Order: sequence, then structure tokens, then C-alpha cells
Amino acid sequence: MPNASLLELRGITKRFLGVTALSDVDFTVRAGEIHALLGENGAGKSTLIKVLTGVYAADDGTLALAGTRLAPTSPKDAERAGISTVYQEVNLIPALSVAENIGLGRQPGKFGFIHWGALRRHARTALARLELEVDVDAELGSLSVALQQMVAIARALDLHARLLVLDEPTASLDEKEVAELFKVMRRLRGEGLGIVFVTHFLEQVYAVSDRITVLRNGQLVGEFVTAELPRLALVSKMLGREVRDDAGRAAGGSASEVERVDPNPFFAAEAPKAPRDQGTPSRAEDTAAAPLLSARGLARCGALHPIDLTLRRGEVMGLAGLLGSGRTETARLLFGIDRADGGTMDLHGKTVRFAAPRDAVRHGLAFCSEDRKTEGILPNLSVRENLIFALQAKRGAWRTLARAEQETLCTHYITALRIKTPDAETPIKNLSGGNQQKVLLARWLATRPELIILDEPTRGIDIGAKAEIEQLIGKLRADGLSVLLISSEIEEIVRNCARVLVLRERRSAGELTAGPEFTPERLMKVMAGGGEP
Amino acid sequence: MKRLPASILWLLAGLFLLVLLNLASDPAFLKIAVRDGHLYGVPIDILNQGSRTMLVALGMTLVIATGGVDLSVGSVIAIAGAVCALLLNQGAGLVITMAAALGVGAFAGGVNGLLVARWHVQPIVATLILMVAGRGIAQLICDGQVIIIAHAGFEFLGNGFVAGVPIAPLLVTALFIATHFAVRKTAAGLFIEAVGDNETASHFAGLAAARVKALTYVFCGACAGLTGVLTAANIRAADANRAGENAELDAIFAVVVGGTALTGGRFSILGTFLGALLIQTLATTMYYRGVPPAVAPVPKALLIIAVALLQSEKLRGWVAGLWRRKERTA
Repeated sequence: MPNASLLELRGITKRFLGVTALSDVDFTVRAGEIHALLGENGAGKSTLIKVLTGVYAADDGTLALAGTRLAPTSPKDAERAGISTVYQEVNLIPALSVAENIGLGRQPGKFGFIHWGALRRHARTALARLELEVDVDAELGSLSVALQQMVAIARALDLHARLLVLDEPTASLDEKEVAELFKVMRRLRGEGLGIVFVTHFLEQVYAVSDRITVLRNGQLVGEFVTAELPRLALVSKMLGREVRDDAGRAAGGSASEVERVDPNPFFAAEAPKAPRDQGTPSRAEDTAAAPLLSARGLARCGALHPIDLTLRRGEVMGLAGLLGSGRTETARLLFGIDRADGGTMDLHGKTVRFAAPRDAVRHGLAFCSEDRKTEGILPNLSVRENLIFALQAKRGAWRTLARAEQETLCTHYITALRIKTPDAETPIKNLSGGNQQKVLLARWLATRPELIILDEPTRGIDIGAKAEIEQLIGKLRADGLSVLLISSEIEEIVRNCARVLVLRERRSAGELTAGPEFTPERLMKVMAGGGEP
Repeated sequence: MKRLPASILWLLAGLFLLVLLNLASDPAFLKIAVRDGHLYGVPIDILNQGSRTMLVALGMTLVIATGGVDLSVGSVIAIAGAVCALLLNQGAGLVITMAAALGVGAFAGGVNGLLVARWHVQPIVATLILMVAGRGIAQLICDGQVIIIAHAGFEFLGNGFVAGVPIAPLLVTALFIATHFAVRKTAAGLFIEAVGDNETASHFAGLAAARVKALTYVFCGACAGLTGVLTAANIRAADANRAGENAELDAIFAVVVGGTALTGGRFSILGTFLGALLIQTLATTMYYRGVPPAVAPVPKALLIIAVALLQSEKLRGWVAGLWRRKERTA
């Protein structure tokens, strides 16, 4: 039977400490097909790949390769069975030669002596299969990432891989290298290999894949034939929104639901002192307010093509786009984490240049990173130390906040943001994700910022905390703060923002302003791009 | 209200045990006598002998708290000693000499800090450069000789007494207290711990993380410089080969025994003080016991193993597991 299924995963479930990362997921790859595995962050793609390659053991479900049940216990085990993985960051040894890398663990030779000639010949044969001209004596680390990947693929084939998993292989390749890779992928497809292609570049999905499996929140959305699935439909499946006419109203309903939650006195004790006597502007009026920050032609080579962005005082502006569209890159440029190659930035009409986050903080900016664990919390320090940290850093080492002031701040924010912690001296790593996020928000609010950039502030936290954080955003706007909200949840953007800048493929793809046109559907269309359905 | 952390309690217990052992064989171990208006006794000896390790360890504590390490302190001690010899023998004043030695140490630390914080050279590699090159520099200054220093004030610094107490431990203890307050009563301590705990996050929160890191190396270098002065004053000579030999290892050991993890983050200045004291007590014990110098490193090694095992989470988990199993079967 042609296109017989090569890999079959049935009912895969994986839990981590009570969090279900995968729930009853089926995944089938046929021999001789390129199968794209898609989903936004947290959809479960990498967990599924790790189950497949033996990094994790599934809690439930079965795995079969060509009809044989498998339960790989390690990547090596999976490799022996015929499942090889090539990661974005190549998992070979850069200090060894190409030939050594290909033959690693299976060196030809006798009595512990390696037959170097045979090793080289073997490597050359393996590379020839990909029609690759590489010096087998070259140190792997001296090659480009693209070539390193090719070597990794050659090694996988040499290990008799029947299923090749390519995990974000194109993330650091240029266009020509991507084309090369696709050529190899197609050739291998022709040879009857099954290829799993994980990526977040939709163009590439349409360019090379035969089928698509979409995951969302650890669940299977479905398997589709690439040619039969329009782009917009794909995006809607990834983001979890069916394209319907009444969807806008449905979103409106959920918005009011959030607003119905009792108002919370976030700034009861610590209202920012900026003049706010004119009352809170409505969302429509926001556009009339004075610009706070405006960036012209902001760009960074390899990260972001030039974009323009204007943020007004007391406005919640959204920055939307799919994974890899350049949202976080934009935030990093605005906050001085990365240096912009081009463009200018004005704050209050004055040109500013941030060489480091410290400069941005001094100018009243704040940035909550999407990666709470590595870029946000100081894990072993206490809630108190984490909370006062940005303010203290802004003041410098010598203008120390007295302990009593620190405790007042903590008590205030722990109550106002309803942070659940035994006390302020608990290490922050002991808190739940949602509460850690609230501490980080408090850290920035304590610096009395004028503009706060929130990168996926509700990712990976529970529903209750999510609603509270959205509520807080509304409160901040009412207090005259400007908020730049980055989110891959369309509803979250539509509910909270007066305006949205949409990014696609590291470029600006358009701007939407609150009004009848401002619906999740419309936003999704701009995010997906590539022609209307 | 404040209770002592477990690592401090372990240290105190260790010290107590060691003193008990000594008291069992020599009841006069803790006795301090007054002779010629000066205090004499084993405890005074321990403090006096241990003071230089303590001072190096003080600087090392802050460097290690940022997640780094400074291997060059021994060489900096030698350089500082050589600088003292050079200046004093040319008739420079004591204050200028000390300032120069301290400045040389701080400068060396600055070079280390620049390499580590600015150019992201791994701390071990960055400071290894000066560890190796520094001895050579000291040799150059001394012209390959051990230079005798004859200067009354300098000698007093190394072997004199103030109010009956030797100067070196007095000075070092004062520096410990001063440093403790300088980092704990300002936000400096918080910044250092934050950089060691999560450098990226502290940078993103608006801290000049690289500067904080570099400054700890400057401080460590200055401490080593002052140690060099005390060492040269103690032996009344600059010995480019032997001065500060293995000082980096003793200092790192004192810091780690004191409860500051090599991975950075939380540090304890009191812990370092007690850690250095414990090591010196052990060394002195062996000296008084007549343990041959060749065997002396063995108990020290055993102590290192014990501390390392105590700090291993895996072992603690395993022991806790054993305990639970015992409870279940009982």
C-alpha cells in the first residue's frame, strides 16, 4: 500500500507536576512524506518531539514505527530504532572533524585503534548521498550552521534513519540555505523517508510539506493535507479560533466578562503622581492623546526589518503576530536590550538612545519578558528582593531603600495584586507561575514607569491570574500609563488594546485601530497574510 | 528575630568539635596569657596565622557570589609584596607604600574584571592569565631575589600589637565588619547576589550587571594587595616565589566552607570568616599535634570532602530517603 503509515503515535499523554503538556494526542507520519508539526508556544510540539525521540517517556499512549511498538528510553535508543532528530542547534561535537562526527560511536578499526582511512571514506559516502561537497577533515564547528545541519542529516541517514525529525532547522538559515535544505528534504522524501518538520515559518510549511498536524494547548487540533488547507484556516486552527461571522461578538462577550470582575484598588496607596486630572480617556479617544514614544525605521539586521511605531500616553497598544514574527525582537530594541542598527526613537518628542536596559528604566520604561524564568526572576532571592529590585537598581547602590520602605512596598503590592505567598521572605522560585508574574509586574510598577512593555504576560499562568492581569492592564491605562501588550492570544489583544501593530515575518504588516473593523477575524487575517481566503 | 542559617551552625559545630578534641589532649588549648602587655596563646596564634587567608577570602567571597572566581590572588600578593620592597627600600613612606600596594592589587583586579565582565572571558581563564603572569611580574620587580625589608613601621605592621592584640587580625576583623556593613546596609549586597543568581534578569531589570561584577574583582584585588603588604611585613621580606603560594585555593576553600556556593548568588561574610577560622584551627591543631607536614593536607582534604558532601543535594536527598525507608519499615 502506498504511503503506508511509518510512524504512529496514539493517545499520547504527558504530564509534568500536574500540568498536562500533551493530552491524548495522535500523530501519524507516512513513509515518503514531509509532515509539518505546528502550534504556537506551549502547544506541545517540543514535548511531542521529546516523547518521540525518547527524551521523555509518555504517561499514556503508544508509539509504533513501521508497525513495531516502541518505547524509546533515550535519544540513542530512538536512533537505533530508526528515529533521528536534527535540532536547530546541532547536537554534534563542534570540536571534532566532520568524518569523526559522522562515524562517532561506530568507528571502524581493530583493538581500539581507529581506521582513519575507512572512517573518512565512510563519511564521504554518507555525504555523497546528499550530494554534499564537504571536506571531511574540517572541524565541524568551522562550518556554517546550514552545513552542520547537513552533516547531522548525513549522520542520521548513515544510522539508517527511517524517520527524520527536523526541529526548527531553518531558524538560523538564509534563503539560499533554506532552499538547499528543502532540496535535500525532497530527495529524502523520494527515498521513502518520513520527515517531521517543526517550524514557525508558514511559507516554508506551504513550500515543502505534504501534511500538517496542528497542536494547541497540548491537544490535537487535527491533521490536514497542506494543499487543501488555506493559510487563514491554518492560522485560525493554531490560534484556536474558528472563522465565523459572529465571532467578533463572541469576543465582545468575553471582554465584558472580564470587565465585570470587581475593580481592584491597585494604586490605592501608591497612585502615580503624574497629572491625570482630565479623567480617563475612552478607548476611541486614546488616539488623540500626545505621543509618548515614537520609533521610526527601527531595525536590527537578522531580527527586524524597519518598522514605525507610535505609542500615546495612556494607551494600551497591541503588538500582534505569530511566533517568530519579530514581536519580542521589537520589545528588545525598544528597551535597549539589543542595539538597533537603524532608526530613531523619540520619547516625549526628544530623541533617545538606550545602550542598555538601565537607560530605558531611567527614562521610565519597563519590560516584562516572556521568559520569566531566565530573564525575569532572581530565583533564589526573596519575593521582597525581587519586588524592590528594579526600583533599587534605578536608585543605585547607595540610595538604599530602607527596610521599612521595602516592606511597605511589598505589603502594598502583595495585597493589591493578590500575590499568594507565605510571606515576603519566601524565595520567589517557590511561587506559582502566575504569582511570580505578579511579583515581576509589581517590580516594574514600583519604579513608577510611564510605559510598560508586557511580553506574553499571561503565558503559562492559570485562568484566574490571567483575568487579574488583564484587569490590571485596564487599571494601569486608567492611571495614565502606556502599555505595549505583546500576545499571541488574539482575544487578549482585542479585549485590551485600542490599537494593534501587526508584525509578520519580522516586518510591519499593518495597523488596526479600535472600531467596527477591529475583530479577531480581521486581526488574524493580517497576522496570517498571504492572500485572503 | 534573625536566626542563623544552617551553614553557619555547621561551621560553629565544626569549630566546637575541633576545639573539644584539642582540649581533650591539652586542657590549656584555649588559655590566653598576658606577657609584656601582649596576649599570647593558641587562639591568638590561630587568628594571627589565619588573618591573611581571611583577608583574601573576604574579597573572594564577593567574586564567587557573582558566580566567578579569582585565581590570581596569590600572584597579586607576591606583586604587592614586591612593590612594598621596591618603594620602602627607596625610602618611600609607609602610607604611600601601602596605598601603592593596594592600588596595584585593585588595578590587577580591574584587569580581571574587565576581562570577565566586559569581554566575557571565563573567570577561571581570565584570572589564570594573571595567576601565571603575576609571579613573573613579581620576579621582575624583585630581580629574582628575596628582598629583605628593613623598615620599623612596616615591621610593626606585620608583628606589632595594639592594645595587646596583634595588628593583622585586628585589621582584618575590622575590614570584615566594615565590608559586612558596606554590602548589607546598602544595596551592594543585593546587587551582587542578584548578578550571581541570574545575571540576565538583573541586567534586564536595569542593573549595570557588568559593572557590579567588575567591581567585585577590583575589591578582591585590593584585598589581595593588602594581604601582600601584611605577608611581606610579617616575614620582613618580599619573596616573589613563595608569597601567597596556594592563597587562591585556601581562600576559595574558606568561602565554600563558609556556605557561599561556587555557582554564585547568596553569600555570607560571617561564613567566610568562620570558614577561614576553621581551616586555620585545623592547620594549627595538626601543627601542635606534631603531625608531619607531609601528612597535614590529608585532614584538610577530608574536611573538604565532608563539606562538599554536605552541600550535595543528591546526597542529602539520598540520606533523607534512607531515613524515610527506615521509618516505613519500623
